Amino acid sequence: MSGDAHQEQSNQQAEHGDGHGHSPYQAHHFDTMQQQFEAGKLGMWLFLATEVLLFGGLFCFYTVTKSNNPELFKWGHHFLDKRWGATNTMVLLFSSLTMALAVREAQLGRKNRILFYLTVTLLCGGGFMGIKYIEYSKKFHEGLFPGQHFAYENVIDAEQVRDQQQEADRLALADLAIPAATVVSDTPKASGQVAQPASPPAGLSPAAGDLEHGGGNSAEHSTSGDDHAPGLAIDPSHLPPGARPANAHVFFSIYFCLTGLHGIHVLIGMGVMIWLMVLAQQGRFGPGYFTPVDLGGLYWHLVDLIWIYLFPLLYLVE
Amino acid sequence: MSQPEMDAQAGEGTGVASQTDAPVSTEGPSYLTVTKTFSSWAFTLDHKRIGVMYLIGVLFMFLLGGMFALLVRTELFSPLAILTPFFADTAEAQADLYNRWFTTHGAIMVFLVIIPGVPAALGNFVLPLLLGAKDVAFPRLNLGSFYLWVIGALFFVYVLFSGGLDTGWTFYTPYSAESGTAVIPALVGVFILGFSSIFTGLNFIVTIHKMRPPGMTWFKMPLFLWATYSTAVMQVLATPVLGITLLLLLLERTLGIGIFDPRNGGDPVLFQHFFWFYSHPAVYIMIVPPMGIVSELIAVHSHKRIFGYTYIAFSSVSIAIFSFLVWGHHMFTSGQSTTMNIIFSGITFSVGIPSAIKVFNWIATMYKGALSLNTSMLYGISFIFLFTIGGLTGLFCAVLSIDTHIHDTYFIVAHFHYVMMGSGLIAFVGGLHHWWPKMTGKMFSEFWGRIACTLVFVGFNLTFIPQFVMGSLGMPRRYYTYADKFEGYHQLSTIGSYVMAAGFFLTAFYLIQSLVSGKKAPVNPWGGNSLEWHTASPPPLENFHNVPDATDPYDYENLEYDAATGNYETKKVS
Repeated sequence: MSGDAHQEQSNQQAEHGDGHGHSPYQAHHFDTMQQQFEAGKLGMWLFLATEVLLFGGLFCFYTVTKSNNPELFKWGHHFLDKRWGATNTMVLLFSSLTMALAVREAQLGRKNRILFYLTVTLLCGGGFMGIKYIEYSKKFHEGLFPGQHFAYENVIDAEQVRDQQQEADRLALADLAIPAATVVSDTPKASGQVAQPASPPAGLSPAAGDLEHGGGNSAEHSTSGDDHAPGLAIDPSHLPPGARPANAHVFFSIYFCLTGLHGIHVLIGMGVMIWLMVLAQQGRFGPGYFTPVDLGGLYWHLVDLIWIYLFPLLYLVE
Repeated sequence: MSQPEMDAQAGEGTGVASQTDAPVSTEGPSYLTVTKTFSSWAFTLDHKRIGVMYLIGVLFMFLLGGMFALLVRTELFSPLAILTPFFADTAEAQADLYNRWFTTHGAIMVFLVIIPGVPAALGNFVLPLLLGAKDVAFPRLNLGSFYLWVIGALFFVYVLFSGGLDTGWTFYTPYSAESGTAVIPALVGVFILGFSSIFTGLNFIVTIHKMRPPGMTWFKMPLFLWATYSTAVMQVLATPVLGITLLLLLLERTLGIGIFDPRNGGDPVLFQHFFWFYSHPAVYIMIVPPMGIVSELIAVHSHKRIFGYTYIAFSSVSIAIFSFLVWGHHMFTSGQSTTMNIIFSGITFSVGIPSAIKVFNWIATMYKGALSLNTSMLYGISFIFLFTIGGLTGLFCAVLSIDTHIHDTYFIVAHFHYVMMGSGLIAFVGGLHHWWPKMTGKMFSEFWGRIACTLVFVGFNLTFIPQFVMGSLGMPRRYYTYADKFEGYHQLSTIGSYVMAAGFFLTAFYLIQSLVSGKKAPVNPWGGNSLEWHTASPPPLENFHNVPDATDPYDYENLEYDAATGNYETKKVS
């Protein structure tokens, strides 16, 4: 192995000066560090191409469903909170900036700054996942599961349930000697209505809002003394714009598949950050060797870029 | 730095040196003998050892898949149940069992044998040697890719022991969403195998881009590298789509996400689009590397420069490009719009052009060559014959009106067996013989090799020509029984499959025998001039004692046969 032909003098030799004739990070089958770096970079770009195609299948699922059943998106996207989505977009964009700065610092070999920027990037990733956790819990709480487990009910699409509900409520409230809530069957919002009412529509009491989202279980809830304080009831501005379309669950399948796969990638990226921080702590990076930070950065930017597409496609679709 | 290397350096500017003058050193341990412990194999980063481990795995799976093929053929010897009654009581259970057999045969052969066969097993061994490199660009990724293959294979073994799989290898919905068999482990297995394939492809692309030796420009590469490169592009770009498709099918089956199953609001034809977007390129992943092997076989064993090098190189690339544009021809009868059908039919015809270019070039290479009709060459010639039949019948299938008649019949079965097995596997076996002396350092028996090749060739045609006939007469595929009028054809076909099996068992026998008592292989037993014939057989751990300069792989003028050693040596220039 020591007889390797190092046909070209690598630029890094002088810096490391390990007496072995080449950088300690150079694998035996490469002739120069430059060749090794270029191979790694090309490999990473190819890997990113496979990632794009992996997500491509899901984007195709999105496109086919959107063109065949646009009403699913019109109805479903009202359940996604644009404010959280926008916040997450900013978080990820900022983390891309800090990642790029980490690559820069790795090239300059400034260990503490590499660690600082990697930490910020890691925290941003954590923040993103935290916000996703809040969003997911709200969906699960409302019964907006993907596929067969979809359990969302509301007054509009479950007339019978609502009638029974009203009856049950009336009895329950009568027992408690509280004046019965006037539950008015709310008309679906006109489709295409953009402005969200700031306050509940006329005639829709907070109790009705609660009813809307309690689903089949709410009868139980009401009689057993409401688990949810009225203040926690889902904001009426999030009421869907019309009757629930058939197979409404498919929108949430798409939502959970896309954001779920993306979330897994963010988690993997956070793992990569931790690994890079360990390497940086050992003082490995410098002008002669910064490939891992560079490649980790490429991956992180791709994950970021995918979110840049997911945000408008899911949250801002109208 | 040794003297020849210095010379190579000095000669770099002058282009390709036709021969490396220094005699090849055969001293020192080979990659097989350098270390002997189990862990030195299990954790090896050496591409040759990884290639050999792949080869053993692939051949074992070939045996398993072949056994299921024989079960299927035996069952079809008569329209009455023959074998299934030994395993199942009711007629329905017997039919179910048949479904599991052909599914297992197909899935094993496609995902575990043919797709990894040439690129991962032979390609891993040969590719860095052809490049004069010490290893592939990412040796650890290479080992990881092998273990992914092993894990995927274990999932399939699990499927076999947990009731089998009866969806067909294509996993068509909606049946795959409701079948009671082990669909989920099979999907996970194929998903993992897909990543194994992606990593191999990624490794090869980077290796070919970044590790070519001084003097080897793109158009001075051996054609096998062009084929491997085109294949790797398909593996990298198509396989992720299969991955996400299988993941979505898994979610459809477990959660009912409503993409492929109409009961949940999905579209089963969408699955077919997703699936064939991968699996049509996959068909070319199975056939392009064998074409690369045949380009080497024909040139080396004809001892004549390959005819139309550039055309063969570009035809590989154009097949890779076309592969992404023809998936719709699997859905001519699935309710695709007529416009789409016409477009896909037209593009499918275009694939005939690069394929035919290759065939004509191989024939032109043989023309006036000095043919050595040894075993690998016989497999090469068999390939040309069988691929021509497989390719031309593919054109029948691309004709919309004819496809309406023959789709899902034995005609299709025969067509894709001619391409995948008659071409893909035959070239794989040919390449195995071609590089066997280099891999093992042993020569096999040419006498038995030629007999086995003849048996395989005759058996293959006897198996599948009757299938063309009965398919065109209307025998549908995947049925476990049939109308009496097809009995004669089915019996011929079954007998053919036994002849073929005899050929393969004979091959296994004499190859194993060669390991035990074969003659020691010389450096260059066939008279090739690509770089793998410029190192010892078997090669040392880092492939070359002296890093070679590029040779002209198809220049055989300076080689002459030395009957005493069985070696082709450089002519002495006086």
